[in-house]
Amino acid sequence: MSPTQILVVEHLTMSFGGLVAVSDLSFDARRREITALIGPNGAGKTTLFNCITGFYRPTVGRLQLAHPDGASFMLERMPEFRIAREARVARTFQNVRLFPGMTLLENLLVAQHKALMLASGFTVLGLFGSRRYARAEANAIDKARYWLDRVGLAARADDAAGTLPYGAQRRLEIVRALCTDPVLLCLDEPAAGLNNNESAELNKFLRAVREEHGTSILLIEHDMGVVMEISDRIVVLDHGLKIAEGTPEEVRHDPKVIAAYLGVADAELDHVDAEVAP
Amino acid sequence: MLRDNEPSKPPAFVAAAKEAALSALVAFGLFVTLIGVRTDQGPTGALVIATRFGPLAAIVAAVFVAAFIRALVFRDATVISLGRLVPPRVTAVVSGLAGYAAIAFLVVALVVPVLAYTNRYYLDLAILIATYTMLGFGLNIVVGLAGLLDLGYVAFYAVGAYSYALIAQNFGLSFWICLPLAGILAAFAGLLLGFPVLRLRGDYLAIVTLGFGEIIRLILLNWQDLTGGPNGISGIPRPSFFGLPFTAGENGFAATFGLKYSATHRVVFLYYLILALALATNWFTLRLRRLPIGRAWEALREDEIACRALGVNTTTTKLTAFALGAMFGGFAGAFFATRQGFISPESFAFGESALVLAIVVLGGMGSQLGVAVAATVMLGGFELFREFAQYRMLVFGAAMVAIVIYRPRGLVSTRTPSVFLTEGKVIPAAIVQAARTETPA
Amino acid sequence: MEYFVQQLINGITLGSIYGLIAIGYTMVYGIIGMINFAHGDIFMVGAFIALITFLVLVAIGITAVPLALLIVLIVAMALTALYGWTVERIAYRPLRHSFRLAPLISAIGISIVLQNYVQVAQGARVKPLPPLIHGGYTLFEGNDFAVRLSNIQVIVVVTTLFLMVGFSFLVARTRLGRNMRACEQDLKMAALLGIDVDRTISLTFVIGAALAAVAGLMFLLYYGVVDFFIGFLAGVKAFTAAVLGGIGSLPGAMLGGILIGLIETMWSAYFSIEYKDVAAFGVLIVVLIFLPTGILGRPEVEKV
Repeated sequence: MSPTQILVVEHLTMSFGGLVAVSDLSFDARRREITALIGPNGAGKTTLFNCITGFYRPTVGRLQLAHPDGASFMLERMPEFRIAREARVARTFQNVRLFPGMTLLENLLVAQHKALMLASGFTVLGLFGSRRYARAEANAIDKARYWLDRVGLAARADDAAGTLPYGAQRRLEIVRALCTDPVLLCLDEPAAGLNNNESAELNKFLRAVREEHGTSILLIEHDMGVVMEISDRIVVLDHGLKIAEGTPEEVRHDPKVIAAYLGVADAELDHVDAEVAP
Repeated sequence: MLRDNEPSKPPAFVAAAKEAALSALVAFGLFVTLIGVRTDQGPTGALVIATRFGPLAAIVAAVFVAAFIRALVFRDATVISLGRLVPPRVTAVVSGLAGYAAIAFLVVALVVPVLAYTNRYYLDLAILIATYTMLGFGLNIVVGLAGLLDLGYVAFYAVGAYSYALIAQNFGLSFWICLPLAGILAAFAGLLLGFPVLRLRGDYLAIVTLGFGEIIRLILLNWQDLTGGPNGISGIPRPSFFGLPFTAGENGFAATFGLKYSATHRVVFLYYLILALALATNWFTLRLRRLPIGRAWEALREDEIACRALGVNTTTTKLTAFALGAMFGGFAGAFFATRQGFISPESFAFGESALVLAIVVLGGMGSQLGVAVAATVMLGGFELFREFAQYRMLVFGAAMVAIVIYRPRGLVSTRTPSVFLTEGKVIPAAIVQAARTETPA
Repeated sequence: MEYFVQQLINGITLGSIYGLIAIGYTMVYGIIGMINFAHGDIFMVGAFIALITFLVLVAIGITAVPLALLIVLIVAMALTALYGWTVERIAYRPLRHSFRLAPLISAIGISIVLQNYVQVAQGARVKPLPPLIHGGYTLFEGNDFAVRLSNIQVIVVVTTLFLMVGFSFLVARTRLGRNMRACEQDLKMAALLGIDVDRTISLTFVIGAALAAVAGLMFLLYYGVVDFFIGFLAGVKAFTAAVLGGIGSLPGAMLGGILIGLIETMWSAYFSIEYKDVAAFGVLIVVLIFLPTGILGRPEVEKV
């Protein structure tokens, strides 16, 4: 595994009984890059995410994650909370999963559970008012405030997450993931339901996160505006198979990709090839 | 434009009467056998029957009348919402008073023995309410905060009680040592039960915990050598005032403080003891809510999958909730044992679990004040209808159904955030997730 | 060996009764995802209604056993079905869109109501019924032990088989059955497609209650005694059976019922009779931990 790679997926297959959702998939995501996963619905993108983040156990394959300091993790063997906690892979969900009855601030504090638990001496010290815990909690609140500011939600920090409008909920979910200080951030359709302005804001934000915090980003997205705009590399899936991989330019003109999206029959592929060739 | 031959709608009366007749018919079907006929064991031991057409007719008539009124007056409402009957301003005022209510409650609780000193009955009732409040606090951690459905909480109550009884009797240790030991044993039982079952889906977890509660009761009933079986354990050491026994003798509590001996002294002490235990549980829970573990519990209730994605070890989080809830149940059990002086498996049947669960749910899950109020209302109400011994359980069950239909979020239907940036605002219960009966899809 | 075969027969008979109750649990769970905590008490009500109907028939002079049995069967099924329908309308339907714990609490409330209602109406003492069906067959003998198959046992198993076949037919071939299966798969979609979801759910409860009534009648005939508390234990065991067989699966409910009946009978016969209920609960816990989808259930994948 080379130092430029942060995640290497090798021969990943995920099957549920007779249904094969992802088949012999191999690709890599590079450090400090934004890698996008695109493909028609049912291509296996979210399944792939679930494998990477430990919610599914892959049937076959390797998922290797490497930290900048050299620590390496075999994600295919780890349960999801360990992947989040130790491998520092954070994710968002296709259908936003917040803690609706808790405030925005509380949502972000839950994300910092590990640090706070340690500081509270696994609760025991915290119970009796240790100063170390008070300081840790203050730090955690500061971090939460910082991220809420970055996405313009600071004014609503004490509101219940369930009362936020949809776009705000998505932003909250992203910064909640960022509060875990991830090395790899996996976003599942972050631009879904956002209008053009909000998408542009999202692009700016993700680029900034990448620049300032060195976070690598893996992104599932249907909004081509977002994908083409900010991705460094794109991996295209269809029916569980990888059909293309490369820079946005390369992928945009790949006849197989076009065929997949337009639904051209295999027999006509050559014909489309000919038409699209420069 | 109305046409001449358009039939006029039947008057509301007739429609209501039809509905009422239908309801009465259903009522007749339901009650004709079980109420219309009474079976009793006759002189030979075989059953003889007697008819009770009078009561049957009365009930059917009552149903008819009630259905008629309902159809006529509440024509469009399928579920009469009490909320609509109360004007919003009243609701707002009442919510605002909640904080004061807690203080008032505490004050009243502190002076009860003074008010009820001569009336042993009320003192006993107060002890009962405080005991169930403590049980409610304990279960609140499991069901209200962590959102885990536990239908077998009585098991930990029983483990605490029997542990206390056996340790106190066989090792002669003082109350203050036996109490924590009983709690630890109960916590251990919580870990033992929790470990294999906490990954189960919500409603399965409920049934398994129910089963566990029953298993404990059956073991207590049948393991005669250890637990005395159906006869239970008697002669459990009564509490002393930090070493001074509550006896009439020279070295007794009364003599030492220059008071005339009265059996009520011990009862008052017991009351303050359980009150202190309940308040300690309350303090503990409130502290925990503001610590990462408490937040993790609530997050677990809100969305378990999101929790896992954030690195929270949901298994240990659930185990902690379970074990702590069990520990408090154990403390309450230990208190129960020393208060009664005698325990038997009868006191630890499923009905207790149901009662405590009802207190937690109807109090408003996660709310400590709600639990206290619900315990008072339910047990107080229960006692009020003491004369109607048989009917009161019936009414209790019906009340449970009614409350969960008309006020499903319980008495206190708001959640207070555990930390805030600028200003703490209460969150209405409608947004807060309740204990789940299925894994989130 | 003879003793074992006898226990086998006894276990299957008991298991048939549990299976009939288990069907009610599994159907309701399949269609609205709710554990009908009060179902065991519906079974108890059915047993009482059967008892009372018997006594009334005897009092008015109908003593021919087959005729009486038939009338009791029909009356008990009809009236118990009415209970099932009423409970669903009053206590569960208003909560269909409420949070998921609500119907469970409501069901616990109804369970308490039913138990105490019967206790108040009929007294807390046990109600015995003299055996109505006598005789049987001695299958074979050996080791001083005669293996007997009594007529009542035959009736229980045959009735159960008959109902199972009829019911499977109902679910697989009739329109109601199709509606039920559709609702089980996707309630919202079924409603959008024009299925009267309320009515389908009501009928599910009604049928479950009717089957529980048959179980109640069988219980009454087999054991000869009922009291207001039989519902709780039978209910938990039948639920265990439903889970063991695979919740949501009809043949699973029956299979589970037979297995639980066998486990309970064997345990009482060979180990200890006091702890036989512990055996049932133990099985429940073991099944849920190691085989949560049951024997015939479909494995579920958690959708994230």
